[in-house]
Amino acid sequence: MHKILEKRQLSYDKERDQSVFYYKVEAPEIARNRKAGQFIIFQLDEDYGERIPLTIADANAEEGWIAIVFQTVGATTRRFSATFNVGDNVPVLVGPLGKPTHIEKKDGLVLCVGGGIGIAPLHPIVQANHAVGNKVVTIIGARTKDLLFFEDEMRAASDELIIVTDDGSYGRKAVVTAPLTEICEKEKVSEIVSIGPAIMMKFCVAAARPFGVPITTSLNTIMIDGTGMCGCCRVKVGDATKFVCVDGPEFNGYEVDFDNMMQRMTAFKDKEREADHKCRVGLDAGKVSA
Amino acid sequence: MSEFKTTEMLQEEAAKIWAGIEGKTLTPKDRTAIPQQEMPSQEPTVRAHNMSEVALTQARVEAERCIQCGGAPCKKGCPVAVPIPEFIKHIQQGDFKGAVDTIKNTNLLPAICGRVCPQEKQCQSFCTVGKMLKSPEKAVAIGRLERYVADWERANNKITVPTPAPETGKRVAVIGSGPAGLTVAADIRRAGHSVTVFEAFQKTGGVMVYGIPEFRLPKAIVAKEVENLKKMGVEFKTSFLVGRTATLEQLLDSEGFDAAFIGTGAGLPKFLGIEGENLIGVFSANEYLTRSNLMKAYDREHADTPLFEAKRVAVFGGGNVAMDGARTALRLGAEKVYCVYRRTRAEMPARVEEVAHAIEEGVDFHFLENPTKFIGDEKGRLTGVELLNYELGEPDASGRRKPVAIPGTEHVLEIDAAVVALGNESNPLMSQTTEGLNVTKRGNIIVDENQKTSIPRVWAGGDIVLGAATVILAMGEGRRAAASMNEYLAGK
Ligand SMILES: Cc1cc2nc3c(=O)[nH]c(=O)nc-3n(C[C@H](O)[C@H](O)[C@H](O)COP(=O)(O)OP(=O)(O)OC[C@H]3O[C@@H](n4cnc5c(N)ncnc54)[C@H](O)[C@@H]3O)c2cc1C
Ligand SMILES: Cc1cc2nc3c(=O)[nH]c(=O)nc-3n(C[C@H](O)[C@H](O)[C@H](O)COP(=O)(O)OP(=O)(O)OC[C@H]3O[C@@H](n4cnc5c(N)ncnc54)[C@H](O)[C@@H]3O)c2cc1C
Ligand code: SF4
Ligand code: SF4
Ligand code: FES
Repeated sequence: MHKILEKRQLSYDKERDQSVFYYKVEAPEIARNRKAGQFIIFQLDEDYGERIPLTIADANAEEGWIAIVFQTVGATTRRFSATFNVGDNVPVLVGPLGKPTHIEKKDGLVLCVGGGIGIAPLHPIVQANHAVGNKVVTIIGARTKDLLFFEDEMRAASDELIIVTDDGSYGRKAVVTAPLTEICEKEKVSEIVSIGPAIMMKFCVAAARPFGVPITTSLNTIMIDGTGMCGCCRVKVGDATKFVCVDGPEFNGYEVDFDNMMQRMTAFKDKEREADHKCRVGLDAGKVSA
Repeated sequence: MSEFKTTEMLQEEAAKIWAGIEGKTLTPKDRTAIPQQEMPSQEPTVRAHNMSEVALTQARVEAERCIQCGGAPCKKGCPVAVPIPEFIKHIQQGDFKGAVDTIKNTNLLPAICGRVCPQEKQCQSFCTVGKMLKSPEKAVAIGRLERYVADWERANNKITVPTPAPETGKRVAVIGSGPAGLTVAADIRRAGHSVTVFEAFQKTGGVMVYGIPEFRLPKAIVAKEVENLKKMGVEFKTSFLVGRTATLEQLLDSEGFDAAFIGTGAGLPKFLGIEGENLIGVFSANEYLTRSNLMKAYDREHADTPLFEAKRVAVFGGGNVAMDGARTALRLGAEKVYCVYRRTRAEMPARVEEVAHAIEEGVDFHFLENPTKFIGDEKGRLTGVELLNYELGEPDASGRRKPVAIPGTEHVLEIDAAVVALGNESNPLMSQTTEGLNVTKRGNIIVDENQKTSIPRVWAGGDIVLGAATVILAMGEGRRAAASMNEYLAGK
């Protein structure tokens, strides 16, 4: 049984009518084995529910819980936030899935960049790098102040935290690639980890390229089983086709074909619109201009 | 294919024949003169309401065709050696329960195997009656009889759930709930050991629930088998991915399981490796069928998982998976469904019955053709496939004539969805997360003649060992593994 222990709304985006929610869920088995970078799949109903992947944003093995943070973009995530409250059980929850992030002690600093909802999956990676003694500089960005979350959590796990907003309503008025470039210019950066909308990750890769810094990106393709059985999550990485759920979700950013990935994510767009009965503009936050 | 007859017509004919033979002593010649009975399959819910004497008569008429030959050649064609003449004898005597119990001595899943076994290549291909009539298709319909008695047992609530031997206190982990895993669970539980089945999906049954469609194998039948195992005390843990939720090592060491069986199947879809394969609209058969079967996408009113609506669908491959993909596409509303296969109908590995159904339903077969690339529009959506013509050349290692491309015959077929059904390879998760587990180059787990793996206390069987095979072979491997495991546990 996966009882919901805590539920918090982290932000609300009036423009898109999307919220970000934090749920703490009882899951001792998942909490015990999970590592940074891994995700779960949940369903709201065993028979008819869609299988939705979400990164494990935090966990505690002793207390036996995991935390998920999600944006209400479509039918399932909206229904989840609207109808599931503290004390209810999540009917289906499987994990931890995917390969853990490769964490090791680095000479130079590790630059962690999170945009929009990508801040949630970035959190455990920041924590894990911090735990092995790496110098961690974290950049988090959103369209506007109200959409930011995890500021305190990120600050606690980072040596330095840089906040940017598109409209300048909080932190620096910039897109995430601006501080990224500045830091690469003046410091020895051993690795960049970038998580956010595909378009943001694509621009981070472009920004990192001149410096030759290795960049890891975390992909959020559409999935079904999450165990490597269906191939629906496949993306082109270098010359090979990779399954995000088992080969990833993290890949060398220089090799990912982001355009193909973004196209594939529109596969069911019309259908989902219909299911959601709401017109949405697109994916959230962390919008980056070149 | 024989001309189409309605259920009523078939039953009427059967009744007439029955009236002619009931109570008489038949010579083998009389028996082979009886026409093979179609015994149309129906949904179990429907059948439960019309278990009419007439339907039953058809089964009895069909059973009368068996001449009870000594030596039982048919039995040699069955991978688990079902005592075929014996069970048919019970039907001839009107003892259906006796028949089904006889089958269950070696085949635990007759309702399933009766539906999905490639009988024409197995038991029925050896049947003397078929040989006398010079056509394996005219053999005694062993599979249909098997299905019939198993359905009869279920519909009449006559299933006897075996009572396990007294508790031994030993614990066994079964990984995967496909036919291999379910069989192991049954046999080990019977011996009094406690059994926990771990299944990655939210539902149990493996390919029988996520791959093979409802119209061929009603999910209620699989669910019933699982229910019976639960009654025997087998515990099921769904949404538990061994290797991730807990590793095999953790199960054996910290969780205290005494032994484990790996029956994780061949769940890694093969793609063609050609240009355009990642376009929107190109699916693996696994994805296409899972969306439809497991996630119930066909049920538009209730299901959350979206369906990819396509008007023109091409399925690539010639096996059961391809037939299921093609017939599912028709049911999901495609106007045109093609099946592209690089050899001819004679070489198709699919069950003969499934190919016949697909043709009847209007699937358009493109034999001796193979795709060279997928074509898409500027939005990355599939619009067509380029095909190349083939001819059959010399026989290859498998004895089948090898298809050879005819250069310059490229042509384009307009489609908006493609379903790649070239079979499955082994999912590498278990071997990646289990130190010391030896696998072949293709990722299949290596086992000895008792299904033992390279790791102590761990056995394996089914598709993960055989590569994509069949339900009955998976079950056979499960039985062999369970026997060896029971022996090990008894000596421990
Ligand atoms: C490994 C992984 C980790 C993820 N972690 C998180 C997380 O921590 N927090 C979070 O909020 N989301 C995360 N996602 C994305 C999340 O799975 C999707 O937002 C979710 O599936 C949408 O479901 P829905 O039914 O509410 O919306 P749908 O109705 O299915 O879709 C709504 C809209 O979102 C788009 N969409 C569909 N699937 C995805 C997807 N996988 N990613 C992005 N957009 C999608 C659709 O094209 C559509 O426009 C992750 C995805 C993956 C693969
Ligand atoms: C579309 C299709 C049609 C077919 N038609 C026929 C037919 O007509 N006749 C026939 O005889 N055969 C047919 N087959 C083949 C047959 O279904 C398989 O040979 C058989 O199901 C193999 O059984 P199995 O127990 O080895 O594995 P599977 O049935 O594959 O079951 C394996 C199970 O293990 C689970 N699993 C995998 N990894 C893990 C893990 N790490 N932890 C926990 N659980 C895990 C999977 O989710 C799955 O449920 C067909 C196959 C397909 C795909
Ligand atoms: S299990 Fe399959 S092969 Fe064996 S007798 Fe039954 S139908 Fe024939
Ligand atoms: S070979 Fe055919 S006729 Fe002979 S016993 Fe078997 S089923 Fe009956
Ligand atoms: S989600 Fe099915 S293979 Fe990755």
